[in-house]
Amino acid sequence: MAKIIFIEHSGATHEVEAKTGLSVMEAAVKNNIPGIDADCGGACACATCHVYVDAAWLDKTGKPSAMEESMLDFAENVESNSRLSCQIKVSDALNGLTVRLPESQH
Amino acid sequence: MTDDPGIEAAQTPDLSGRIVIVGAGHAGGSAAALLRQYGWTGRITLIGEEPLAPYQRPPLSKAWLKGEADGDSLALRPPSFYAEQSITLRLSTGVAGINTAARMVTLDSGEAVAWDHLILAVGAAARKLPVPGAELDGVLELRTAEDAEKLKNALGPGKRLAVIGGGYVGLEAAASARALGAEAVVIEREPRVLARVACEELSGFFQDYHTQKGVTFEVNAQVQGFVGASGKVSGVQLGDGRTLPCDVALVGIGALPHESLARLAGCACNHGIVVDEAARTSVSGIYAIGDCTQRPLPLYGLSGRLESVPNALEQAKQVAALLCGRPAPAPETPWFWSDQYDIKLQIAGIPHHAVRRILRGDPAQAKFAVFHLDADNRVQAVEAINAPAEFMAGRLLVGNRKPVAPEKLRDMSVSMKEVAA
Repeated sequence: MAKIIFIEHSGATHEVEAKTGLSVMEAAVKNNIPGIDADCGGACACATCHVYVDAAWLDKTGKPSAMEESMLDFAENVESNSRLSCQIKVSDALNGLTVRLPESQH
Repeated sequence: MTDDPGIEAAQTPDLSGRIVIVGAGHAGGSAAALLRQYGWTGRITLIGEEPLAPYQRPPLSKAWLKGEADGDSLALRPPSFYAEQSITLRLSTGVAGINTAARMVTLDSGEAVAWDHLILAVGAAARKLPVPGAELDGVLELRTAEDAEKLKNALGPGKRLAVIGGGYVGLEAAASARALGAEAVVIEREPRVLARVACEELSGFFQDYHTQKGVTFEVNAQVQGFVGASGKVSGVQLGDGRTLPCDVALVGIGALPHESLARLAGCACNHGIVVDEAARTSVSGIYAIGDCTQRPLPLYGLSGRLESVPNALEQAKQVAALLCGRPAPAPETPWFWSDQYDIKLQIAGIPHHAVRRILRGDPAQAKFAVFHLDADNRVQAVEAINAPAEFMAGRLLVGNRKPVAPEKLRDMSVSMKEVAA
C-alpha cells in the first residue's frame, strides 16, 4: 500500500491508500477523485488521466515511454512534469506521492 | 415546459431528488459516481441485471480474455465504493416496466421504485444469428463478464475457435485466442473484415497481421448453420457447402440497442433511444446514456449511435451536469480504440463527409495513420496504428475543423505538430 495525494485544480486535496501494482489512475478512479476521466481505462490511448507530478517525486516515478510522450505532446496544458497517471504504477517507493490535476482533461 | 425537472434543475438546482438509473454498466455506474462528485445529495439507486457491480467491458475481449486481468481490475470501483457514496446498488435485478405518469419503475419482483429523474443506461444486446444450430452449447456471444468466462473456459492450446463476424470484438477475440494457443478462423460476410467500421487500408492491414499470427479468414462467406454432437457445437456450415470444424464459436455481428423499456415509457426511439445533447429523451424527467442512445453528433450535423466507453462517459457527464445545474460539458470528438497483439489502434472522428484519404507512414512497419478529409481538406476522422501523435493531432483537428495541407500530412518529415499548427 502507498499513500497518494491528489490535489485538484481548485486546491481541494484528497489522500488515498492505493494497492501496490495498481496504476495511479486506477487509485484515483476507485476513490472517485474528480478530474481524472480515464476514458480508455488505462490503455495509454486517450490522455484523459493527465497529472503533474510533484517535483520531489519526479525521479521515483521515472520517465514516460515514447508512446506516452507522443500522447502527452498533444494533451492540453502540458508541463515538463506532466504524466499520464495510468502509466505510473503504485509501489512502496511511491508512498506519499503527490500529483496535481489540470483544470480539464479535454 | 416549466414542469421539466431537468430545466428547472439547470436554473435552481435542487440536488435532493430521487434518481433511479436503470443499467449498471459503464454508463450507469459512471453517471452515479459523477452525480455524487457534482454534489447530488438525494437518493441514487443503480439497478443492474447482471450480478456484478459496474465493470469495464473492453478488456473482456482483450487483457481479461488472455488472463492478464482479474475481476478486481475489471471493476470500475471497489465494492465498498457504493456504500461510501450512498449509492443503492440493486444487482441481479430486472426492470419490468416504467410508469411515466406515476414516476415509478417496476422491478421483476413487482416492487415499485419511485423516481424524480430516471436515467436509462440499458445498453445493447448482441445481435443473434438466426440459423439452425445457434442454440448449441459452445455457440457464444461476448457482451458480459459471464459470456467472457464461458469463452475463456473454452479456449486453450489446440482448441479451435470459429469467429462469425470480422468486427472489433471478433478480431480481438481471435488475437486473444492465438495468445492462448488456440486456433482461430474468422468468417466474414463482406469482402473484407471491419467493412462497416474501418477503411480498406486498415482492413487489409489487420487481415494481413492476423494471418501472420496464424488466424485464417473466410471472407464473402455465408454461415448456413452450426452442426453439433451431443448438443455441443462441432462445426460451422458455410454457404459453399463446407463445414469448418470448431470446438467453440463466437458470434460477433453487432449489437442492437435495448429500446423496449424506453418505448413503454413513451420515449421516442429510432435505432436507439433518441436523446438531445444533454441526454434528455422525448419524455420529461427521463434521460438515456450510452450504447442504447441515438444521439446528436454536433461535429457532423448528424445523429448516430456510438458504442464506446468515451461515449458512455460523455453522456454520463452530460446528464450529471444537467441535473446538478453545472455548465454543459463541451462536445467531445468521438473516439475508439482496440488492442490486438502488439497493435494499438486509435480512431478519432467519423468519416461521414470525407471525400479522400491520406496515408501517412508505412503499413509494412505497422506504424501508420489514415486521415479522412472533406472537400475543404478538414480532417473528418483519423485511424492510427501504433501512431499516437497522429491520433492525438488528428483528434484535435477533427474538433477544431482547421484545414490541413495534404502534402504535409503525407510527408513523415513534417511533424504532426507542424501539420496541426
